[in-house]
Amino acid sequence: MSAPQGITLATLTKDIRLEWRSKDAINSMLFFALLVVVVFSFSFDPVAEESRQIAGGLVWVAFLFAAVVALNQTWARELRNQVLDAYRVSPAPENSLFLAKALGNFIFVGVLELLMTPLFIVFYKLRALGPAWQLIPVAILGTWAIVVNGTFFAAMSLRTRSREIMLPLLLFPITIPALLSMVEATTTILVGDPSTSAKFWIVLLATYDVVFTTGCLALFGTVLHAE
Amino acid sequence: MIDPNTAHTEAEPIIAVHNLVKQFGRFAALRGVSASFCASRLYGILGDNGAGKTTLLRIMAGLVPATRGEISILGKKHPREVCREFGYMAHPSLLYDEMSGMENLRYFARLYGIEDDARCARIIEAVGLDPTLERPVGQYSQGMRQRMSLARALLNDPKILLLDEPFSNVDIRSAREMVKLLGGMRDSGKTIFVVTHQASLLDGVADEFVWMDQGQIINRTPDLKFMETA
Repeated sequence: MSAPQGITLATLTKDIRLEWRSKDAINSMLFFALLVVVVFSFSFDPVAEESRQIAGGLVWVAFLFAAVVALNQTWARELRNQVLDAYRVSPAPENSLFLAKALGNFIFVGVLELLMTPLFIVFYKLRALGPAWQLIPVAILGTWAIVVNGTFFAAMSLRTRSREIMLPLLLFPITIPALLSMVEATTTILVGDPSTSAKFWIVLLATYDVVFTTGCLALFGTVLHAE
Repeated sequence: MIDPNTAHTEAEPIIAVHNLVKQFGRFAALRGVSASFCASRLYGILGDNGAGKTTLLRIMAGLVPATRGEISILGKKHPREVCREFGYMAHPSLLYDEMSGMENLRYFARLYGIEDDARCARIIEAVGLDPTLERPVGQYSQGMRQRMSLARALLNDPKILLLDEPFSNVDIRSAREMVKLLGGMRDSGKTIFVVTHQASLLDGVADEFVWMDQGQIINRTPDLKFMETA
């Protein structure tokens, strides 16, 4: 396999192996998301119609907050024993590392979403009145929007003293356009209002992803080698 | 006694630094270091804590940019251009604790485009460890971890080896074996820089000792006699 793809795959495999053995990220994310589902289901007792109105916001905020846990873990692993330096002195391209980390986080957050979605459906009695298949591109594009920026800003806050606080401070404001698109698209699909379409939000989300993925790839080398 | 800023003239310098300055905020870790180092030699870099040894090594490895000054490695101005040609071993292990030695080496080998697992196994054996050991590195003794870290630095068969405290926490017998291994590698043409506080281990093996103090090279000697007068 040619170098950059091979290195991305090797790094991704390594990260999945490390996560499988430690389960640091996935356990913390699951626990946090589960808490959100349970606490909110006890706090509110919405009827089905109200659930459809609020679920979009609730689901994505829960996933965003839970994802931050995984995003912090992704680079913390590289800091132990200064392993990141071994990558930095190697001829491996910086973007291979970035893509592997972003893909790894995408898989971890994706697993979380797959496990938590049935719970959200049960606890909030959700049923989509619009085209439910559109939730798939919203989930894929939305998750990528969170992890691509999250991976980048987690790397940026790597050398700061309070990186656990720094990451949400950097990530949340920049994710607002994506979050808005995810919430609006999800609510539109769940409510099934024939006068509006989720397509606009999906296109906006896709544009956001393209712009920020390009930006992160262009700047990651500088962030990785900054001292 | 050799002038600290004088290069050996009988061989081509493989690394040359000129007026190297590194500042961390207001603290100057290096204060105008100029030196050149020849190929196929083993250099022991000595000095007290805070003398600038590790900073010099990290600049040579391209991990830290110099604030001022110039560096030339194998004729290139930027270490990244020649990163395939050097191996770097830091004070921490630079290994994943949750993976076995072989898994670690296999991953780092891929970063250099090396797909040959047999080569990883040979290198692990060369540093005196068992490649079939399935225990995660986190459960290794400190000495085993240091050896595995050396194995990682040797993966790409580098021309230049930069080793930061390779003998720390290693028992004396294992440390002597590591020194013997390093001597053999020097004889096979590698240029080796060893930052250490255990200078006596390199006595009779190192070609030259580079003495640093307060961010400067204060002397370069062929033996450790300077230690008695310093």
